[in-house]
Amino acid sequence: MPINSSEYLQILPFLILGLGIVISTLFEMYYKNSENFLPWFSAILFLVTGAIALTGLHDQTVLFGGMLAAGGKSAIFHFIFNLGAAIVVMSSVNYLNKYGANFGEYYILLQSSVLGMMMMSAARDIFMIFMGLELMSICFYVLAGINRKKASANEASMKYFLLGAFATGFIVYGIALIYGSAQTTSIDAIVNNFSALTDNVIFIVGFAILLIGFSFKIAAFPFHMWVPDVYQGSATTVTGLMSTTGKAAAFSVLIAIMTAIFSENIPNTFVDYFAALATLSMLFGSIVAIAQDNLKRMLAYSSISHAGYMLIGLSAGNESSVAGIIFYLAAYAFMNLGAFAVISVIEGENDSNTELNAYAGLNSKSPVMAFFMALFMFALAGIPPMAGFFGKYYVFIAAIEADLTWLAVVGVFSSAISVYFYLRVVVYMYFKESEYDFIIQKNNSGMFAVMVSGLLVLVFGILPDTLLTQILSVINY
Amino acid sequence: MLTEFGKVLVFIILAAAFVVIALFVARLIRPARPTKEKFTIYECGENPEGTPWVKFNIRFYVVALIFLIFDVEIVLLFPWALTYQDYGIYGFLVGIIFLLILGLGMAYEWRKGDLEWEKPSPKPPNLAKILEKSKRNIPVEVPD
Amino acid sequence: MNLELIIFIVLALTGAISAVGMITRPNPVISALFLIFNFFALAGLYLLLNAQFISIVQIIVYAGAIMVLFLFVIMLLRTGEEPKLFSEKKHIKYFAIVIAVLVFVQLGYLIFYEAPSEYISQRVQQSMEAGTIENIGQQLYTTYMIPFEAAGFLLLAATIGALVLAKKNFE
Repeated sequence: MPINSSEYLQILPFLILGLGIVISTLFEMYYKNSENFLPWFSAILFLVTGAIALTGLHDQTVLFGGMLAAGGKSAIFHFIFNLGAAIVVMSSVNYLNKYGANFGEYYILLQSSVLGMMMMSAARDIFMIFMGLELMSICFYVLAGINRKKASANEASMKYFLLGAFATGFIVYGIALIYGSAQTTSIDAIVNNFSALTDNVIFIVGFAILLIGFSFKIAAFPFHMWVPDVYQGSATTVTGLMSTTGKAAAFSVLIAIMTAIFSENIPNTFVDYFAALATLSMLFGSIVAIAQDNLKRMLAYSSISHAGYMLIGLSAGNESSVAGIIFYLAAYAFMNLGAFAVISVIEGENDSNTELNAYAGLNSKSPVMAFFMALFMFALAGIPPMAGFFGKYYVFIAAIEADLTWLAVVGVFSSAISVYFYLRVVVYMYFKESEYDFIIQKNNSGMFAVMVSGLLVLVFGILPDTLLTQILSVINY
Repeated sequence: MLTEFGKVLVFIILAAAFVVIALFVARLIRPARPTKEKFTIYECGENPEGTPWVKFNIRFYVVALIFLIFDVEIVLLFPWALTYQDYGIYGFLVGIIFLLILGLGMAYEWRKGDLEWEKPSPKPPNLAKILEKSKRNIPVEVPD
Repeated sequence: MNLELIIFIVLALTGAISAVGMITRPNPVISALFLIFNFFALAGLYLLLNAQFISIVQIIVYAGAIMVLFLFVIMLLRTGEEPKLFSEKKHIKYFAIVIAVLVFVQLGYLIFYEAPSEYISQRVQQSMEAGTIENIGQQLYTTYMIPFEAAGFLLLAATIGALVLAKKNFE
């Protein structure tokens, strides 16, 4: 195989992040106060990686004999992952002390998980997808249980590991069947022969099993059972990472596979599957979230229903729907990360103050936090000037274009339900008397993370076209 | 005609037959007079008490885990050892980078003291204290 | 009946019987020993399929390292004190039966209806060449170079993660 050195320049984000992991490990080994140094190093590393990935946006190529793609959608995803991880790092700095797990290893695992996500979104080969997925998942299992002394964290880690391994088993089984029938693992080769391959029952079964495995990873309805306990039990910042960038990474794989299929003018064979999953996830997530009093648990159910909205885009299966999902993922990442960052600032020791009644009268305790929390809740509910609205809007429009009006109607209905529990938080913060007193510890970096996400949510909401045109320009049909 | 693996098969069959035949012949010619005493667990003449199943220390597990990770590394390096010379310096570098990343993991363990066999440090009995205690407890003989 | 078929039958029977033995024995240590038998039988089957490398991997990694890990886990836990899973959750059994039947039907379909025999006879020579360690090495260091380096990072993350969870000293 001829070695083309320019290919290494194209995967510069991977090389930088990989080198960053090595340097962080060395620091963790030889530097005593690594946990004070590593967050700043990781934040800069993530920002540099994200920026470099973004510079290659319009430079789409397939590298290393069809293993990795550079530029285009994957560049946008790389940017989302890295910016999201940087926000998580900022909100972790003071939080981890409170949580009792301030280790340098936390940041190394964070970097490794982002490397895994980047591999997933850039992969052009199922084998590569699997490597990235495993790298991301293993880091998440450990991060969920990083505080070994907490029973809830252990439970979260264990449940996540068992069900995640089960889902991975499904994915491997699906890959094996696909490889057996298609004789290749290259996504492009599979898509080029897709019509011929769909005659083969084994291929269809393998593909369906692969989709089921990824439905676990995106936390769609019948495969959601791990979500509430894992999101509630893990450290708040880790939950923020898992629920946004982790979900975005799983979606990026689905988009990569499905977009290739849509673009070949092959009828969307899996429209019923996605539509059913979307309907169930939206309604289940929105309805069950109403009954939750714990904010982290409520956001866990809300993340199930958001997975449903994004799945509408996959069932629509046209150019604007794919752009809509990517926009939605970007918007969702920052509004959800912001909400989790606020929770991590408010949270006291031993998981206290995550219940809804701790937020009663928050406006009098910390007006800034209350303002930003209200902003994120409005955005998650999909109220117009915020980013969340345009995410839903684009996806619903795409569904109507694809003659799936009923799905868009279900989506609108479900968002109407979800307004209730998002606005309940706002009502508690502004119109209720404080139920008990607690001190919000000073947390400048956490505050900074909240403000950055708030700013991004507003920018995406006020200027949605700038992002969308960029996304549309790189989706090559 | 035997292939190379055929020879291995013959070897395995012979090895298995050797064990089976030896055990079988021994069973035929040895005396068998079981008594109840012979079936008890040998405990130096003591009667065994409780279950022999004790909880192992977690450090055994950590060692096994590290062994597993490096076992996988060995498996991946097997093909490299056979083919790296076909690709010149490039093939060499691919394997070396992989080895360096794994070596970093190894160095991390070493540096963090995870390869140390943490012995529970037994506290030597404080003789002075024991003496003091025993002094107090021994009733002082009162002369008549 | 040629030699290959006899060897196949012996290995397949060993594999099947040891698999049944593994899930039916109440004592976990005996189950683990049955599993080793199963791994060896599988390794033999891989060898029959000309997948020499996979066969070696099966023995080195599964029968070697993973079995050691299994046995240590069994030793670490007092399994006698654990409540039995099936006596508490009876419906899991039926779920397992359904999954097993599904997989079995699928395998049966693959073997009898997919007509793989012509397929295979064409590819015997090819698979014999593909299974050698040199060929796997060539693939691994050219086409699959990136996933290979990714595996390095995966193992690094796994090492660090395992040590964080198992041995990290809390103040």
